[in-house]
Amino acid sequence: METNALSIGFAGLQLENPTMLASGVMGYSAESFHRIAKSGAGAVVTKSVGIQPRVGYVNPTVVQAAAGLINAMGLPNPGIDVFSEEIKFSKTILRVPLIVSVFGYSAEEYATVAKKAAEAGADAIELNVSCPHVKQTGAEIGQNPKILAEVVQQVKASINKPLIVKLSPNVADITVLAEAAVKAGADALTAVNTLKAIAIDAETMLPILANVKGGLSGAAVKPVALRCVYDIAEKFEVPIIGCGGVSNWRDAVEFFLAGASAVQIGTAVADDIEVFRSVTKGVENYLRKKHYRSVKEIVGLAHRK
Amino acid sequence: MPTANNTLRTTQIVQIRTESPTVKTFVLPDRLCCKAKPGQFLMLWIPGIDEIPLSIMDASNGLVSVSVKAVGDATRHLHAMAAGATVGVRGPYGNSFTESRGRVLLVGGGTGTAPLLFLAKLLASKTERLSFVEGAKTKDELLFVREIGGVCQEKNIITTTEDGTAGLQCLVTQPLASLLDKDRFDMIYTCGPEIMVKKIFEMTEKRKLPIEASLERLMRCGIGLCGSCVIGKYRVCRDGPVFNAAQLREMKDELGISKLGFDGSRIPI
Repeated sequence: METNALSIGFAGLQLENPTMLASGVMGYSAESFHRIAKSGAGAVVTKSVGIQPRVGYVNPTVVQAAAGLINAMGLPNPGIDVFSEEIKFSKTILRVPLIVSVFGYSAEEYATVAKKAAEAGADAIELNVSCPHVKQTGAEIGQNPKILAEVVQQVKASINKPLIVKLSPNVADITVLAEAAVKAGADALTAVNTLKAIAIDAETMLPILANVKGGLSGAAVKPVALRCVYDIAEKFEVPIIGCGGVSNWRDAVEFFLAGASAVQIGTAVADDIEVFRSVTKGVENYLRKKHYRSVKEIVGLAHRK
Repeated sequence: MPTANNTLRTTQIVQIRTESPTVKTFVLPDRLCCKAKPGQFLMLWIPGIDEIPLSIMDASNGLVSVSVKAVGDATRHLHAMAAGATVGVRGPYGNSFTESRGRVLLVGGGTGTAPLLFLAKLLASKTERLSFVEGAKTKDELLFVREIGGVCQEKNIITTTEDGTAGLQCLVTQPLASLLDKDRFDMIYTCGPEIMVKKIFEMTEKRKLPIEASLERLMRCGIGLCGSCVIGKYRVCRDGPVFNAAQLREMKDELGISKLGFDGSRIPI
């Protein structure tokens, strides 16, 4: 078995293994990225950063559901000008690709933030066009192929780095949005962001999240995310990063078989920060057992007729 | 497990005790938090207002107690509640103090005394000697004086106030230097304002003494995901809130110096 059985390359990025930290988790500081990388992640994605600082919502911002978490953080972030310093600092200590997640309220804003992030040293940009609980950003853009294409085009024109678009599952047909993103210049797609959700407390008869509505992540969303990856892979050649409920090697393998070249892990970090290492090890064992030399060989195999 | 089987559950406050003009203790029935260990915290939901992390001050017989200072919107709402009011709870979260034997010193500042009292009760019968140094701004804010007297011998208790209305008129760190020099301690536990914790850590480092400090940071999720409470590479909610000397050394660039604000930017303490 080759030692680089787990290494993958897509959209100009080289990863030592196909696991990545999903955006939103521990994503503020260089030391956090470094620790996640030491825990075995092949790449890290920052929290979504915008043009201005945002303090986010008051608590509760996270509530546990039956097999996952519902969150409405409200995109807290220090703004790209402050965060650029964190990107620069991160690049001095990080040995894995640093992907900066970007959000905005207009195509121009997305482009401005992405350009600054790229100039600060981001190895790639991931567009958050699908945050389901902040008004005037994300959801609307991620649900409208025309607006999405405009955002992707403007960002693409303003940076020289790989551009990843993180899609929303909260649409009738995700392949319509995938097509819009790819035609507009996306180098890769992340599927998917959280599903629209709410938690209501029977005793107090109140919604629990301060923002009332939020997004569901974790094991509960895995079958939905897997289907989204499968549907996109069925229609397009674009590299896909599977995201939604990955907590062990079997989950990751299922995403590869559906057509993902890599997986992002977020919610499972709550149970074990070393999840990246355990997933990678498990995938490695799986490949050996199934006599594959590289994880690349199993990408999309579930589509065989 | 931090998340599995630890969903938010509602419960009713069964007792409220006034500890000082600004601090009240709330007692709640909770099947999980009643098994908490000293050092752990819980997330308390004040319905429709906020959800805040609170260190646990006692846990036994199906009940958990938290001592809360009214400092902001959420805590003031909590202080205005009466017994019978409904709140939400999840946890207990975080690690706990290790159980040391031998000669143990606890140093508490302000409401930081609460988890140390919980620890002191656990250690009372297990240690050779239990010493407590407690500091507050003024006599009225010296917490749990009677309770501490119940677990530590009077000669092993030192109290300090900034205005001199009770005990020594000085900061809690002042009597420590001579105490640490003249006596041998097998473990120092501390909880309180971070500047105080930092000073005490410097004192134990100088004398090569073991220490465990409970830290506080802005917390949102409480389960190690959101990153709000990171200090260095550690998450206070998940890797802490209790840190030992080796870990405190690793965070010396931030301890008592900076923390993350609500927008995730580094702000001075």
